[in-house]
Amino acid sequence: MKEFKEIVVISGKGGTGKTSLTSSFAALEGENTVIADCDVDASDMYIILEPEIIQSEDFYSGKTAKIHTEGCVHCFKCKKVCRFDAINVINGDFVVDELNCEGCSYCFHVCPTRTIEMRDNLSGNFFISKSRLGSYLVHAKLNIGADNSGKLVAKVRDEAKRIAKENDKKLIIIDGPPGIGCPVVSSLTGVDFAVVVTEPTVSGKHDLKRVGELLKKMKIPGGVVINKFDINPEMTEEIKNELDNYNLKLIAQLPFDKIFSDAITVKKSVVEYDNGEIAALIKDSWGKVKTLVNNK
Amino acid sequence: MNSLSEKLWKTKKFSTAFFVCNSLKNYLKVGFMIHIAVASGKGGTGKTTLSVNLATILSEKYNYNKTVLADLDVEEPNSGLFLDGKLKLQEVKYRMVPEWNEEKCTLCKRCANVCEFNALAFLGFSVLVFPELCHSCYACSELCPENALPMKQRRMGELKHYEISDKLDFIESRLDIGVEQAVPLIKLTRDYVKETFDNDTLVIYDAPPGTSCPVIEAVKKCENTILVTEPTPFGFNDLKLAVETMQELGNKFGVVINRSDANDKIIEDYCNGNNIELYGKIPFMREAAEAYSKGKLLVDEIPVMRKYFETIAERII
Repeated sequence: MKEFKEIVVISGKGGTGKTSLTSSFAALEGENTVIADCDVDASDMYIILEPEIIQSEDFYSGKTAKIHTEGCVHCFKCKKVCRFDAINVINGDFVVDELNCEGCSYCFHVCPTRTIEMRDNLSGNFFISKSRLGSYLVHAKLNIGADNSGKLVAKVRDEAKRIAKENDKKLIIIDGPPGIGCPVVSSLTGVDFAVVVTEPTVSGKHDLKRVGELLKKMKIPGGVVINKFDINPEMTEEIKNELDNYNLKLIAQLPFDKIFSDAITVKKSVVEYDNGEIAALIKDSWGKVKTLVNNK
Repeated sequence: MNSLSEKLWKTKKFSTAFFVCNSLKNYLKVGFMIHIAVASGKGGTGKTTLSVNLATILSEKYNYNKTVLADLDVEEPNSGLFLDGKLKLQEVKYRMVPEWNEEKCTLCKRCANVCEFNALAFLGFSVLVFPELCHSCYACSELCPENALPMKQRRMGELKHYEISDKLDFIESRLDIGVEQAVPLIKLTRDYVKETFDNDTLVIYDAPPGTSCPVIEAVKKCENTILVTEPTPFGFNDLKLAVETMQELGNKFGVVINRSDANDKIIEDYCNGNNIELYGKIPFMREAAEAYSKGKLLVDEIPVMRKYFETIAERII
């Protein structure tokens, strides 16, 4: 039995309001929680939470081949076995195209003169910080073009769990990445509940169905927040009708409001920026999420 | 390589000739195809909106033999929701992963030792293959002394090719749910475009969000890339990441501000200060958000929107 619960906020489609909602949930919980920003590709949570970094570490993952010119006998074996078109011949020298290299080491194994070296990739950094809300924040920065295979996401989550355990926090809130691929699967594995933020647009509905299928496949219970529901009320109804097919609960529908972008502009979460209808709806949603998680 | 070509190789002359031929071949093949990618660090800034509307304008107003829009956001392909057309081709896309042959295997563990991705594990007297971890490098299969790991096809998604008008074609690939790696499908989709169309084609790629491997696969070797952003601190932060990515790749690129409003200045100042070209703006309009929500093209639904896309088209061509 885990001593803490993990709630992830995802969306399928980007830009539906994941970070706005997650930062509001974080603000409502104050110091009682650990926040994990798993959108390591384009992490934005730190903009709102203004964290002070306590610890920063390099993150190595994967390898890249390096061919030393001395010793190379131009036998072409490496080029022949490479399935990623990563070995070019430039002015007679064999050179690895680092962007194409997958780090599979096949070339290294077939090189008769052992001229190929496999080097570890520095693929990013991760940070453990204290947010201005008093909570811990674990976040990361993936290097440009690095392999986002979900390993850095897994690392961020592991660190968040360790901190939760050490500091006796009962809750981890995860800001997830968009899409349905490796980083998303990595953000979802083993969580207690997923909040899916969507919008009533053709793309929002389409992407929600794909995320719904993924959650069903991974057997993760989830609920849906329909953001900007009044942009297209018919589509909002269509989305609501879909929820049962994926065993998703409706948590809330939020109206379109400039408060969302205004709050971001002054680097505040919505519940800190506003005290009106929208803030009340978000507080209410968070209450519902917690009830759903605890009654699971 | 046989010994004759090895000798020739060493005489450098051969190598020079080899390069000239190769680059000539590449030039003839891609020289008259223009590839433009639409990318962004942050999701939901308007990549798809820009891609579908821009492709429509380009196909109507410019005299390319064909304009092709290819949706490379294979995890969540959305461009097709805005376009109607005739399905020309539909094909399942596969990648290769090893399959264990128990009878041939002598349990030497060579395969698990060479695999860098932990995609093979020994469990008692059997070998387990984890296809989602496999990168299809063939090392285990071809280095196996007993040929006990033949590569087999594994389904990863589907590609569809539509004809939208006689000037505009649309291609989308869709990753199956539960398939984790997007890059191999993006690669095959780009290959399909390369093989299917020839000279005098303008290709627009709708890229996935972010700055990691799937984006690189979508934007590399494009003649031009449009980075779509929005005037918020999130949009600005992710734009800077996207710009770094383009600079790292050495790609030509410019910026479009979507949902442009009173806060544009943060983006404009950054672009001016860093010598980044602003390709255009798309103003914030609630009607636009509503048209988008219904899957409608802005250039058809809201006449005043047309000129914004025309301006962008002029600047990128």
